[in-house]
Amino acid sequence: MNMIRLSLRMLLRDWRAGELYILTLALVIAVSSVATVSFFSDRVQKALVLESNQLLGGDLLITSDNPVPPSYAEHANQIGLRTTHLAKFPSMVSFGDNSLLTSIKAVAPGYPLRGELKLTNPPTEENVAQSVRIAQGIPKPGTVWVGEKVIDALKVTLGDKVEVGAAELTVVSIVESEPDHSVGFVSMNPRLLMNEKDLAATRLIQPGSRISYQLLVAGEEPQVKEFRYWIKDRLSPGERVVSIQEARPEIRSALDRAGKFLNLAALASVVVAAAAIALAIRRFIQRHLDGCAVMRCLGATESDLLRLYSYYFIVLGLVASLSGCVLAVLTQEFLSYWLEELIGVTLPLPSSLPAIQGMLTGMVLLLGFALPPLLNLRQVPALRVIRRDLELVNMHSLAGYGFGVGILSILFIWKAGSFKLGIMIMLGFLLAVIFFGLFGWLLIRLFLLTRSPGSGPWSYGLANIRRRAIPSLVQATALGLGLMALLTLTLTRNDLLQDWQARLPENAPNRFLVNVQPDQQEKLMVFFDGYAIPRPKVFPMVRGRLLKINDRAVSLEDYPDPRAKQLINREFNLSWTDTLQADNEIVAGHWWREEAVSSEHELSMEEGFAETLGLKLGDRLSFYTGGGSFSATITSLRTVDWDTFHVNFFAVVRPGLLDNYPASYITSFYLPPDKIHIMQELTRIFPNFLVIDVASVIERVQSMIGQVTHAIEFVFLFTLLAGFAVMYAAIASTQDERIYEAAIFRTLGAKKQQLARAWAVEFAVLGALAGSFAAAGASVLGYLIGKYALHITYSPSPWIGVIGILVSVIGVTAFGLIGTRVTLSQPPLQVLRK
Amino acid sequence: MARKLTVEQLIPVNGNDQPIIQASNLTREVETGGERLTILQDINLQVSAGESIAVVGASGSGKSTLLGLLAGLDVPTRGTVFLDGEDIFKLDEDERASLRGRLLGFMFQSFQLLPSLTALENVMLPLELSGADNARDVAHNWLARVGLEKRVRHYPRQLSGGEQQRVAIARAFVTHPKMLFADEPTGNLDATTGAQIIDLMFQINREQGTTLVLVTHDKSLSARCSRVIELVAGRAVD
Repeated sequence: MNMIRLSLRMLLRDWRAGELYILTLALVIAVSSVATVSFFSDRVQKALVLESNQLLGGDLLITSDNPVPPSYAEHANQIGLRTTHLAKFPSMVSFGDNSLLTSIKAVAPGYPLRGELKLTNPPTEENVAQSVRIAQGIPKPGTVWVGEKVIDALKVTLGDKVEVGAAELTVVSIVESEPDHSVGFVSMNPRLLMNEKDLAATRLIQPGSRISYQLLVAGEEPQVKEFRYWIKDRLSPGERVVSIQEARPEIRSALDRAGKFLNLAALASVVVAAAAIALAIRRFIQRHLDGCAVMRCLGATESDLLRLYSYYFIVLGLVASLSGCVLAVLTQEFLSYWLEELIGVTLPLPSSLPAIQGMLTGMVLLLGFALPPLLNLRQVPALRVIRRDLELVNMHSLAGYGFGVGILSILFIWKAGSFKLGIMIMLGFLLAVIFFGLFGWLLIRLFLLTRSPGSGPWSYGLANIRRRAIPSLVQATALGLGLMALLTLTLTRNDLLQDWQARLPENAPNRFLVNVQPDQQEKLMVFFDGYAIPRPKVFPMVRGRLLKINDRAVSLEDYPDPRAKQLINREFNLSWTDTLQADNEIVAGHWWREEAVSSEHELSMEEGFAETLGLKLGDRLSFYTGGGSFSATITSLRTVDWDTFHVNFFAVVRPGLLDNYPASYITSFYLPPDKIHIMQELTRIFPNFLVIDVASVIERVQSMIGQVTHAIEFVFLFTLLAGFAVMYAAIASTQDERIYEAAIFRTLGAKKQQLARAWAVEFAVLGALAGSFAAAGASVLGYLIGKYALHITYSPSPWIGVIGILVSVIGVTAFGLIGTRVTLSQPPLQVLRK
Repeated sequence: MARKLTVEQLIPVNGNDQPIIQASNLTREVETGGERLTILQDINLQVSAGESIAVVGASGSGKSTLLGLLAGLDVPTRGTVFLDGEDIFKLDEDERASLRGRLLGFMFQSFQLLPSLTALENVMLPLELSGADNARDVAHNWLARVGLEKRVRHYPRQLSGGEQQRVAIARAFVTHPKMLFADEPTGNLDATTGAQIIDLMFQINREQGTTLVLVTHDKSLSARCSRVIELVAGRAVD
């Protein structure tokens, strides 16, 4: 027997007869929402990476103490990447009697590969205001572009020649901003940009010069990855690769969290869609019981039926998933276009992975939830052709969905990109199903006990729920799950956005002052007072070199990881404080304990830093500082929220330990745009200060958060759409029974309105059940996800219960009544004759 | 006016032949509310090839249960059924299904047409399940034979009761079964339509030489069968 052909025919026939619309709709919505979310977040995340890469000036940066070997750029070019190189070094720049220590950047054509270099047009007679334009190319040989501070300090005007080493170069433009000027916090103002062709003429490149050579690389993501992989093992000592994630931890943190949330949203639509599919399959099975019994009667064996419906669902799954993917491609294209218009960013093309994910999701969902009932369906008793009352054994068993849930868990872990998050969400939903089921069962039993007399719509509506106890429970649980996913998403979305706004408020610190001397502290505070800037917190800092770990001398050879090498090789910034900062959290060990004051000094280390260096609790570290050496034991590991832009340290000790060592101070503060001019005054009064400007980084992070916010809104829409599918499937799952029941009631003289009212009561009660389940579940899950996955402060909303129940009651009742309108309009005889 | 011809007038029963249906001590009991209820008790029955049997009795007398057991749709508490020499309760459910596909045709009171299939597709189904190549043409011919050549693309819900039962006749005979089991085939039809359906069924049955086991309330219908078995409270009475 050619079962595939027969399956296809059955499928086509069922489709034509309208038997598959709900299931297909649920599946298409599931796949398209998952794939759209994936496509869209893929594109947005790529855009975010590109956007943040502007801060690097390229997608990857190779830095070196020596000129970067030409073979690197050659290979990059060969695989289709764009490259440019530059050299950075500090040097004195002079004009007349004035000279100034300046950060010089000698660039080659192509710079910057990502982002824009902005120049200021000085005020002219026609145009009194300064205007900013985007630079085309780089300074021509013989010319330089300088920062405003060079102009002010050296008192030069455009057209003047300044001395850079042995060369005289003409100042032709004023640099407003370079995309990569804040990478690594090492850039110093003032700055000067020159053409690399003039470098030799300056004669500044001498053995021992502090020069950083850089190769910038940019291109398509796969090639960039390939290049990164290629170069990994070829780097010589002193060379390292940097991407934005390493350069700016606060941006990585924002990206990670955005990615996690978008994945969470996609998972929410999977859960909602799974509920819709489970309901639709349930209806499918009910409607196909008779057909299967007839086929059994006509000679189909159990394995025939299993094969028949397996092919049937595989083809259905493939076609529906493919349609969902096509729909997703179109929708995400539309959304991307809309978003591009809105935020003026061109989104990079998506990869094909979301389509594969979408297809797999569709197949996994359908087969996971269709297979267990299918295995049941083949066992339909043939005798049902004579005795209609024979039902499938185990038809209502929740255990049958265990397979689906298992498969879904794997999908969750995969989509969440984290075992912990995937399992947490899956367990959350699983516990919710058990809780909803048990609690719902108890409530329905309670309805049974309180059998109310009378004939009003309330009594009929409640009677309906009693009579359809199992389907009602399934409906309420599925709706509750769907709504729970939506509410969890709403709660965490709000918390996430609020959290971001709280971390990066309008007045987030945008300037760091380093090298503040102890005796300058008070003077600095007075300076701030004078300009009505709130006094910032000042942190002490002692620089020290790590000599020994557990009395064993530290050796570079012990650290193959280049980043670890680099950390070991430079001086540590050690600080002290008696209280843990708000954006720090102890993850191992304990903070300073009163009773612990002993001969052993305590040290708290940042977790990631400790991991890189292979340090653990209890390790004894010995440092050498300008004033001598000391040892301390690691008694706690901390996580630090780098995206708050507050001053933070990798290593902190208890106050008192470093009192006798030379300390300087560091602080960060918010400089409003209208007070930018005071920085000149500040650097004049405190010439030893190192000022680090992170305003542009903050601006980027804020703009990224803006983009993610938009993305989240869209993603949310899709989950909502899947929610509608659940409602539709839930209503449809009892449609046949309702049609029959309506026919009987109407034959017995019930008016349409009476029936509609009774059903409205039934739907409202179901909605209230689902809404309360969802609100309770979402509050718990929201808390867990906020705390353990997104690391945000979860704010429980007292309104969530009210809103959840209200939305659910109104939604289910409205959908239910609209869905059953057709039912009421069918002539009773037509229905009964069937 | 349908001709009043019975099968036995046309096909002589060869008494020496092995019976095509042989039931011995067929008993069916069910548990209801902790009580054991006997629906059928010690039914012994032999049906020869080409014979037509009517099973009659009041509601609840066990007629449909007997039909279900004879056709292997249900299993007895005790007793055996041989169909065409095969002890069907020694087979497993799948083997019985294959045997049904090979040997049996069915007609039901509620027609049991699949609502999502057209008349033609309903008739094609048993052929498709048995892997026949020319299912469409054969089914088409059969529908023409029952007078529904113009209704092939109609769905069951678009057909009258009589038309639906004609489709069921075509579906029952399309595989040339040796035995036809009919459960109240006129139960859902008015008298005139019922009579037309019965004429058609007997006519085809005669042409095909099929053995017929018929459950009915209808006295006129049972009168057309070669033998009548009456059930009273699960027992056969002579």
